[in-house]
Amino acid sequence: MKRATQVTALAAATMLALAACGEAPGEDPTTGTGGEDVESVDYTACMVSDQGGFDDQSFNQAGFEGLELAEAELGISAFEVESTADTDYGPNIDNLVQQNCDLIIGVGFLLEDPIQAAAEANPDVDFALIDSAFSDEEFNLVELANGKPLLFNTAEAAFLAGYLAAGVSESGTVATFGGLQIPSVAIFMDGFVDGVAKYNEDNDAEIEVLGWDKEAQTGSFTGDFENQSNGQNLAQGFIDQGADIIMPVAGPVGLGAAAAAQSGDARIIWVDSDGYLTTDFGDIILTSVMKQMGPAVFDTVEEASAGNFSAEPYVGTLENEGIGLAPFHDFEDEIPQELKDQIADYQAQIISGDLVVESPNSP
Amino acid sequence: MTQATPDVGGVPPAAAPPSRPMDDDGRGEGSSILREMLESSWLVSFLAVVIALVLGGVLIAAADPDVQRTATYVFARPSDFFGAIWSSVASAYAALFQGSVVNLGAPTFERAIRPLTETMTVATPLILAGLGLGIGFRAGLFNIGAQGQIILGGIFAGFIGFTFSLPPGLHLLLAVFGAALGGALWAGIAGVLKARTGAHEVIVTIMLNNIAVFLVAYLLTTSAFQRAGSSNPISPPIPSSAQFPLLLGDGFRLHLGFVLALVAAVGVWWLMERSTIGFRFRAVGENPHAARTAGMSVPWAYVWVMVIAGALAGLAGSAQVLGTEKVLTAGVAASFGFDAITVALLGRSRPLGTVLAGLLFGALRAGGFAMQARTGTPIDIVLVVQSLIVLFIAAPPLVRSVFRLPTPGDTTRKRRRSTSRPAAQEVSA
Repeated sequence: MKRATQVTALAAATMLALAACGEAPGEDPTTGTGGEDVESVDYTACMVSDQGGFDDQSFNQAGFEGLELAEAELGISAFEVESTADTDYGPNIDNLVQQNCDLIIGVGFLLEDPIQAAAEANPDVDFALIDSAFSDEEFNLVELANGKPLLFNTAEAAFLAGYLAAGVSESGTVATFGGLQIPSVAIFMDGFVDGVAKYNEDNDAEIEVLGWDKEAQTGSFTGDFENQSNGQNLAQGFIDQGADIIMPVAGPVGLGAAAAAQSGDARIIWVDSDGYLTTDFGDIILTSVMKQMGPAVFDTVEEASAGNFSAEPYVGTLENEGIGLAPFHDFEDEIPQELKDQIADYQAQIISGDLVVESPNSP
Repeated sequence: MTQATPDVGGVPPAAAPPSRPMDDDGRGEGSSILREMLESSWLVSFLAVVIALVLGGVLIAAADPDVQRTATYVFARPSDFFGAIWSSVASAYAALFQGSVVNLGAPTFERAIRPLTETMTVATPLILAGLGLGIGFRAGLFNIGAQGQIILGGIFAGFIGFTFSLPPGLHLLLAVFGAALGGALWAGIAGVLKARTGAHEVIVTIMLNNIAVFLVAYLLTTSAFQRAGSSNPISPPIPSSAQFPLLLGDGFRLHLGFVLALVAAVGVWWLMERSTIGFRFRAVGENPHAARTAGMSVPWAYVWVMVIAGALAGLAGSAQVLGTEKVLTAGVAASFGFDAITVALLGRSRPLGTVLAGLLFGALRAGGFAMQARTGTPIDIVLVVQSLIVLFIAAPPLVRSVFRLPTPGDTTRKRRRSTSRPAAQEVSA
């Protein structure tokens, strides 16, 4: 072992010696990357992923893109750590506090307890939490002076998507499924079911929804946000039962459903991002229920870095465009104008408060 | 029942009598992978860690953006390239050390010594589960089921913890006992199936892991396991009456579970080295046929080995739920059950070795957080280092060839020949 070290050291020394004899390079490409045109600000925003990691093509990634944008446009420093297991959250947050982060953003409800504990222990650091609010020991909601929940009432946009699905379905059957049964997933499905019900009511139709029973709060879930083949099998099952429009609420698992839909002549309603732009299945994606986590993160960082951090919960709605229905893209001409007008009308009604989309999973 | 036992090695007839089975000479008749791993010397274990860290350093350097950038003009100015390699690897491993042992640059004394306590906290479930697996390995059972057993222990501990309200002390005791029982029952299924039907423990325990994962996921969708007013899959917090007391106060996460792990290590040492039960376990592991001929009940040993291993893994679950996390979630067991296999192998299934290997893995994990937070080195590197350690321990000849160590043969004849060449060993040392 000693000899190996010696050999390595000798080799390295030789290389360095040779380097000293060589010519210095003509140009020195050591200039930093990015952020040159933005004045740098002495502010560090940090982010902790949940166990999905920042490359999950889903909500960790969406939140992270907001942070990257803030780094590029606001001139702040950004730092992110990935968690690989539920047990990582506490240590990761603790290490970021030690790294003197000014703002620490946790992605996902699983980080509620660790973020809350860290916020209480470190009153001079600001915290934000995506997809969950904070609660006390009796499970009542509490507001922390330095903890900001970032929530999304996606049921509103999913309602419009459900209405659209019912309106364009030829088979009379539509479907939805989730990754895990958690409120931030089920809320999409609640809105979707309500949208279909509204269409049935307006048009005296009997469009059926597979995969979710809003009353009982039970339905179809693949069990995780990773295994695409589960999504493919589940979607194929729905297609076999006659569904021609499917809304998977399962991050990348939805790609499996899209593959099944492509071969089964069905269409997909994507969630979180505009699937026409972010996936390869644009030609079968009717529209997307967008959950604008990136902009919410960006706004939070912008406010906080300007010294205006507010712990008031942020709730993304149709009104503040924190959520929304994506453009129809390839289906623009196929969808009847009448249906589009009706959807636009309901959107206006939801924004004005005349129509309230209710969900037990609403934030 | 004769067919129930897999042939652990072909049993060469002329081998030494099994009176001192699996002693430190590492002399055994079997040729199974398991035995090969157990018999590798301490030196090989240590060197496996060293090679893994060196290869980890290569990966750290390769993943570093500065190294990648300077590599583009390495021939024009190599000093930049090697400087970048040095600074990336050195800073990453420095952060690993500071995050796992002691951080002298910390503002307060408490923060300076906290890393070591974090290492001990993370090591606790690894040691407990590793001890159980080690018993199995020495009894010839390749128990892959610690993950599921930890989860079951966590479920039992958590349920008793957050459902009942009992006086402190008694509550903790009951929850810990429940955890051991949960793990023991889960592992006992595999033990009974192995003993009565000959079902292979590897298959059965892997499948039980899957069942445990989905069981906890299912339970967390029921209202009995959820917080009031929330349908998130996360249990209510464990009340303080059922928590492991903190050993060093609020500034540290280290809890009584670590002491429990050390006590368990002593207990396992006594069980395996000093008790008749342990002797039977070892005899069955060494040669089930001989053990049966000597009047020992092999199925009995299989069941009890699994029950004890499961109880220890269940305790690991209690350390997580009642100590470190104080809540039951689907991921509360992380990958401790699988990491514990490595810990037991690295510790050569001996209690002391398991404690040390558990601390090493705890340090890698705790230091990994700091490494990621300070230098941006992906935490995956730590997982790769851990995996490489297993890989090298599983292939002792590879380690020996890298360091040009002499080959201790499987048979006494080869062994004699190799020990007659002490000069080779000196060179490598």
